[in-house]
Amino acid sequence: MGTAADALEKTGVTVRDAGDDDAVAGVRPRWVALPESAEEVAALMRASAEQDLAVVPVGGGTKLHWGLPPERCDLLIDTCCLTAPAEHAAGDMVVRVAAGTTMEELAALLARNGQELALDVPLEGATVGGTLATATAGPRRFRYGTARDLLIGITVVLADGTVARSGGKVVKNVAGYDLGKLFTGSYGTLGVIAEATFRLHPIPAARRWVTAAVAPGRLAAHSLALAASQAEPSAIELDWPAGGPATLSVLVEGAAADGRARTVLDLIGEGRIEDEPPPWWGRLPGGEGGEGDWSDGSDGSDRSDGSYESVAEALVELRVPPSRAADALAALPRPAETSVRGALASGVLLLAPPPGAALPAYVTALRAAVREHGARAVVLAAPDPAALDMWGETGALPLLRRVKERFDPGRRMSPGRFVGGI
Amino acid sequence: MSLREITERLAGVLDRDAVITDPVRLRTYECDGLTYHRATPGLAVLPDTAEQIAAVVRLCNEYGVPFVARGSGTGLSGGALPRTDGVLIVTSRMRRILEIDLPNRRAVVEPGVTNLAITEAVRDRGYYYAPDPSSQQVCSIGGNVAENSGGAHCLKYGFTVNHVEALQVVTPDGDIVELDARDPGYDLLGAFVGSEGTLGIATRITVRLTRAPQAVTTLLAAFPDIETGGVAVSRIIAAGIVPAAIEMMDALSIEAAEAAVRCGYPEGAGSVLIVELDGPEEEVRHQFGRVTAICSESGAFEVRTADDPAERAAIWRGRKSAFAAVGRISPAYIVQDGVVPRTALPRVLAGIDALSREHGIRVANVFHAGDGNLHPLVLFDDAEPGAGERAETVSGRILDLCIENGGSITGEHGVGVDKSRYMPRMFSDDDLDTMQLVRCAFDPRGLSNPGKVFPTPRLCGEVPGVRKGVHPLVASGQAEQF
Repeated sequence: MGTAADALEKTGVTVRDAGDDDAVAGVRPRWVALPESAEEVAALMRASAEQDLAVVPVGGGTKLHWGLPPERCDLLIDTCCLTAPAEHAAGDMVVRVAAGTTMEELAALLARNGQELALDVPLEGATVGGTLATATAGPRRFRYGTARDLLIGITVVLADGTVARSGGKVVKNVAGYDLGKLFTGSYGTLGVIAEATFRLHPIPAARRWVTAAVAPGRLAAHSLALAASQAEPSAIELDWPAGGPATLSVLVEGAAADGRARTVLDLIGEGRIEDEPPPWWGRLPGGEGGEGDWSDGSDGSDRSDGSYESVAEALVELRVPPSRAADALAALPRPAETSVRGALASGVLLLAPPPGAALPAYVTALRAAVREHGARAVVLAAPDPAALDMWGETGALPLLRRVKERFDPGRRMSPGRFVGGI
Repeated sequence: MSLREITERLAGVLDRDAVITDPVRLRTYECDGLTYHRATPGLAVLPDTAEQIAAVVRLCNEYGVPFVARGSGTGLSGGALPRTDGVLIVTSRMRRILEIDLPNRRAVVEPGVTNLAITEAVRDRGYYYAPDPSSQQVCSIGGNVAENSGGAHCLKYGFTVNHVEALQVVTPDGDIVELDARDPGYDLLGAFVGSEGTLGIATRITVRLTRAPQAVTTLLAAFPDIETGGVAVSRIIAAGIVPAAIEMMDALSIEAAEAAVRCGYPEGAGSVLIVELDGPEEEVRHQFGRVTAICSESGAFEVRTADDPAERAAIWRGRKSAFAAVGRISPAYIVQDGVVPRTALPRVLAGIDALSREHGIRVANVFHAGDGNLHPLVLFDDAEPGAGERAETVSGRILDLCIENGGSITGEHGVGVDKSRYMPRMFSDDDLDTMQLVRCAFDPRGLSNPGKVFPTPRLCGEVPGVRKGVHPLVASGQAEQF
């Protein structure tokens, strides 16, 4: 058995030495590999298994600092070159796409045939694989669900190099277990996502946003009325920047969007109807001018020194029964310094904690304050993740661990990044 | 013998009348909706609580006895086929609706509650439970979770998995565990739904309720043949319309439905299309205009519409009776369930026609055209020597056609015992072994509904415990490591 470097070289896949820019949540890998196919990923995984290398997959790198830092990281598998041409079967309203394709590229391809993947992407440059691995979604989750609801097939490469697929390219399909569900939101801890197949929707004939400043005391009533409205909004979104007013923006989609938008406007009682979303729509909270500027990667500047401290701010996801969302927000610690944005009527809200706050203390206070409203808080990103409990409570930890043990018995896939140190 | 010992020890867990050992009564559970697979369970229990189910499952573990869960027994793939050497856990006594929470659009129910009972509980307040398998009057929600049941309206609204928010499950080793979509971690909820009872038993289900649409319009379009009907379907989809349902029946299934329920579909139709549109009134009106125009342009010679529940029921009557109705025109039949990409429908229907001619076996086609889910009804005379075998051949070859065209061997009936042998035609050994890693995580001893879904069980074995170093979080007491 030769050295690890030899084993990687023998795969024939492009491999380079890692630099500081390649750090995963502050942990620098030794090599970066650039596979161009699922087979090349499999060759890398086999070599890694043989050499006991810990592997972390990365797509656009927009959320690489999310989650806990890996216990160890030898090989970064950069999926940027997994970009085989997507198969868009427009008549079947499905697309099969390689994991390295960016969500923008995918959207542009689908739009040529008047279709879209009804999944909002909060960060520019995110890939299909990274979007699935972190299960990010946006405003339209209220109508269309999230990635797991739109994914109909997946190809993954396991830690031992096995290439496996589940689902298929038909929307209706109950043959076998749905590995796509398991890998969506798995943070790279079960294997590498190589390819995905999604169900699509037609791009609606028209879109209208009804946007209104709303008194915080009215949020609960508005959320309830809008969610129950037969005008069928696609999204009911809240933006409440630190120290600023609360704004609701409601999206309606379809040929009759104008009439439905007026119905929504009547429900809220005030506001304006527009053809374009407000600038903050679908972005992460806490930035200026509607941009989530804490996110690294999108402009390249934050990743330049590869250090974790360069990420200015933290991000917390609050999940709460929709009817309790307004109460939970009213109970937030340091409300005037906390920025909130998210799907109010779905009960999924993102918080940017007070800048410069002692995050562990803030998160502890937050969890204590919202618990009585049935809310849980997950810290998606933190400047010093080891200092706090990022994931918080979860219901089925022993089962989660057993799944991890079966898929990755050697603990070589993104070890330590996920819930409970999985 | 272990079943006898389990029976004795159940005396402390279940009431006497909840334990069935009488062979005659046990026989009533010998099959589900797939009646040609039969096995009398070794023992059947009728628990009332999750704790009782957990106790039964723990006893099964202690004695290494397999167990199978059963809801209403309407499944069509033998998913609830009992084991003669095992325990059948019937959830029919667990029929309470525990909570209705309209502000959060959800209901919490026990597994034996019927699908339709959920809708009936909230209908007058303007809500319903969206997945609507055709057996919804009797099928249980626990069975729906096991099978990831669909229905005619899943084209727009999705399947059971898209409408379940949380589950309490008894794991195959007898623990009671909560799987909640709001919890961080792997989406075990998503993996559990549709696992056909092989990952445990759902004992409490939180379902999402859907706001009733403002308007519903159903139209029936009659076409001279199946091809023109198919063209209309493609054009509706291409126009960017997502109807709640698009159903299609061919001439033979129309003939059967006519004989059975006098549905009064237009005479001389080579195919009929049922299109249901729902949503905001203005949206439905707009789409209705488009769909009617498309049907006419595609060759429909008659289009009927229904705007009220009675008219709508009249249109649906023929479609909903179709499976049973073929009994009027054939002594025996096999209900098949396969899926093809919608655009492959014409090619696959032609292929089915060719198979039908080649084997001298009639096939009636009823299908969810919008999502390419075919339900070919393979008709035969069981008194005729060899006819049953030929029908089986045709039925199996139809699945091959589905696979060859990039589809699936089951869209909603499940794999069960019926189709496990077809799984290797759709998936590689690696695919199936990887799926079974999930099985091994939940059920390393393979006691929960064994023999279903997978053609050959994977031997799970022990997990090799390779551990390297100590994670900083473990060292600092922030996390535990397994």
